[in-house]
Amino acid sequence: MLSVIAYVILGIYDFALLRNALYALAGLIARIAPILLLVFMVMFLTNLFFQSNKLGRFLGKGSGLRGWMVAIAGGIASSGPIYMWYPLLSDLKGKGMKDSLIAAFLYNRAVKIPLLPMMVYYFGWNFALVLSIYMVLFSVVNGVLVQSLAREGSEE
Amino acid sequence: MVKRTNGNAKKEAFFKTTKAFSKSFPILAGVLMLLALANTLIPKQAYRLIFTGNKLLDPLVGAVVGSISGGNAITSYIIGGELRQQGVSMLAITAFIVAWVTVGIIQLPAEALMLGKRFAIVRNAVSFCISIVIAILMVLTLGMA
Repeated sequence: MLSVIAYVILGIYDFALLRNALYALAGLIARIAPILLLVFMVMFLTNLFFQSNKLGRFLGKGSGLRGWMVAIAGGIASSGPIYMWYPLLSDLKGKGMKDSLIAAFLYNRAVKIPLLPMMVYYFGWNFALVLSIYMVLFSVVNGVLVQSLAREGSEE
Repeated sequence: MVKRTNGNAKKEAFFKTTKAFSKSFPILAGVLMLLALANTLIPKQAYRLIFTGNKLLDPLVGAVVGSISGGNAITSYIIGGELRQQGVSMLAITAFIVAWVTVGIIQLPAEALMLGKRFAIVRNAVSFCISIVIAILMVLTLGMA
């Protein structure tokens, strides 16, 4: 609603800018539509093949190292904007996925293997490799901290 | 019997997925509209005006600007590359790039709605702090200026 109001206000003050924003929006939608479809398919397959109790073994309490590896690999492999994955993660959270693994998944989305050549071009191989390693390591730190801090608040 | 069961399972999974998706649509639409607006209103050249050369302040500024920026990670690499040409420190650029991809202020409302308010705030706050830590570690590890 607020976004719509912002567009209306923009249109009143500068129609050319509104037109540019609408073109940018159309371009954004065109780019993410295939990713949206992919997310829908993943959600569909998750709902089809994994019941809550099975999912809990992989990603819930007690999932251990396997859960971390699934979250890390999933985050690295996932593509498209981060917000496209919120529906799936919300669904998985409802089925028992731990906050730490959700946080680790989201953090590892920053490790974008297809974009590595671009990073290498601008900053060199050493930078790209070391940064990727740090990102994966700190995704676990991020997950542990989020689980601990988010839980503390909900227990108050 | 097996085929009917499989058909029912697929139907049920499809309806479940569609229901979950339709709940998210208004939120996703809002995020897209905000991102398109931000990309239109904030010129790329604006980033060059923000970094002053202060070695303590620039990484913090880098992390803040990265946090409120949105869009493809490629954009952050391109901007980072240009900032490097301008002489901005790698400490600031690294914090900027890492915060760009790990912290999302624009999508925070959507994340809060979908994954929980406390989770969203804590995750983004922790990621913000980690972006500065990673930047420092990168500079120490690679001996960058």
